[in-house]
Amino acid sequence: MLADYSILLIGAILVNNFVLVQFLGLCPFMGVSNKLETAMGMSMATTFVLTLASACSNLTYHFLLLPLGLEYLKTISFILVIAVVVQFTEMVVRKSSPLLYQVLGVYLPLITTNCAVLGVALLNINKEHNFLQSLFYGFGAAVGFSLVLVLFAAMRERLAVADVPVPFQGAAIGMITAGMMALAFMGFAGLV
Amino acid sequence: MALMRVTSPHAHGPLSTSAVMQQVLLATVPGVLVLTAFFGFGTLVNIAFAALLAVSFEALALKLRGRPPGFYLGDCSALVTAVLLGIALPPYSPWWLIAVGIAAAILMAKHLYGGLGYNPFNPAMVGYVVLLISFPVQMTSWAPPRGAGEVPGLLEALRACFTPGSFDAITMATPLDVLKQNDALLVRDLWAQSPQFGRWAGLGWEWANLAFLAGGLWLLYRRIFTWHAPVAMLAVIALMAALFYDGGSSASGGSPLFHLLSGATMFGAFFIVTDPVTSAVSVRGRLVYGALVGLLVYLIRVFGNYPDAVAFAVLIMNFAAPFIDQYTQPRTYGHAGTGDGK
Repeated sequence: MLADYSILLIGAILVNNFVLVQFLGLCPFMGVSNKLETAMGMSMATTFVLTLASACSNLTYHFLLLPLGLEYLKTISFILVIAVVVQFTEMVVRKSSPLLYQVLGVYLPLITTNCAVLGVALLNINKEHNFLQSLFYGFGAAVGFSLVLVLFAAMRERLAVADVPVPFQGAAIGMITAGMMALAFMGFAGLV
Repeated sequence: MALMRVTSPHAHGPLSTSAVMQQVLLATVPGVLVLTAFFGFGTLVNIAFAALLAVSFEALALKLRGRPPGFYLGDCSALVTAVLLGIALPPYSPWWLIAVGIAAAILMAKHLYGGLGYNPFNPAMVGYVVLLISFPVQMTSWAPPRGAGEVPGLLEALRACFTPGSFDAITMATPLDVLKQNDALLVRDLWAQSPQFGRWAGLGWEWANLAFLAGGLWLLYRRIFTWHAPVAMLAVIALMAALFYDGGSSASGGSPLFHLLSGATMFGAFFIVTDPVTSAVSVRGRLVYGALVGLLVYLIRVFGNYPDAVAFAVLIMNFAAPFIDQYTQPRTYGHAGTGDGK
């Protein structure tokens, strides 16, 4: 039981990392990684949303869509669930930490369109995870996303002062670096 | 009379980049000699061809960027990358394998980031991992050591490199691979059955590792790097191996001594992890960096898909090094330390 859940977690965090192995959630990965502090705020917000959305979409599927025979509506209803969770997070962040709200700016609503969030919700259904497994899988995916986002942000702060050739400056060298990180993460293959 | 006013510090650092790189090159000599003695001339051919290519690629990149090639080639960093990759590649590799690896190392991992000092990833390890992912068959076929099979001569080594089609390579699983694939025999029985094993670890490998250890200790004595990262890495590997050894059952991961003297452990600890550009900078940072490299090496070696893991572990930690630095900044003299190390 405990072993199953830790395998699920390690699998989602490292072996099948959502950003570097499954290539989901690349837009915030490239967009919010210019500063370490923003990246940390973003990863906390995403962790919260992803875990919650993963659990909520699981409940929606099993208690709403399945009984009504509406499985084919799962994509659109998950998008709705995610939008609600994001809106809720936005309200919480605005009231609890105006500074973080200001820093995250446009990116907070953008969590809605973070494909990792929808990806996790749909993968939960594909892999037939139960409620608790969905919760753990969502949390693991979020931790994996946060881990690489924060590490990547720290690295990009260093790249910003590097003597990169003009054609490769900015996003280009960011993509190349992300590619090398994906190479490195292939080493985790087979770990669980 | 002109008096020259010199302000402190008055200490003079005699070490230039070029001198450091040359000492690193010198320190690899015992390891290369042992590898050549056990596995034949393959490693030497690898290194020679890799060095030629590395210098040409470096010159090309410098020319493209409009930098003075003479000055930058003089720092010998391209040669160090070539030698490290040449050692890491299996002996008797075909020429195109070496060429792809060196191109990835010098052009992609080094010059796209602006050259020496800016590269976030260790160039030799990027080259190695690119090859390992792209050509797993060539990269995991290692020649048998002397005593476990025939060792080709110099002419055959050259043929293997430049006309790969005409050379039938004899290959043998490395000791780490044998141990990983084993799930039925006790470690003691496996040892007796497989010709790859020597006294403490793999035949040939143990001596190569000891030779790299000797080279590394000499570099340490010359103060080219500090002891923190290598010692942390080796200590964690030994600790993990001791924890998971369980006396040598079929499911165990090999003794601590086996792991310390197998594969690229010593080579990685003293020649890769100590890279001043891609590792963490502060003392605490280096301890954390080295320890995590050791942890990842053991985990991937024993539980992952790949038989050896130094390249992967180093790349993953290169990726984490800026973050480690951020949180292990030493306290500046005269300033109170704050909780987050800023």
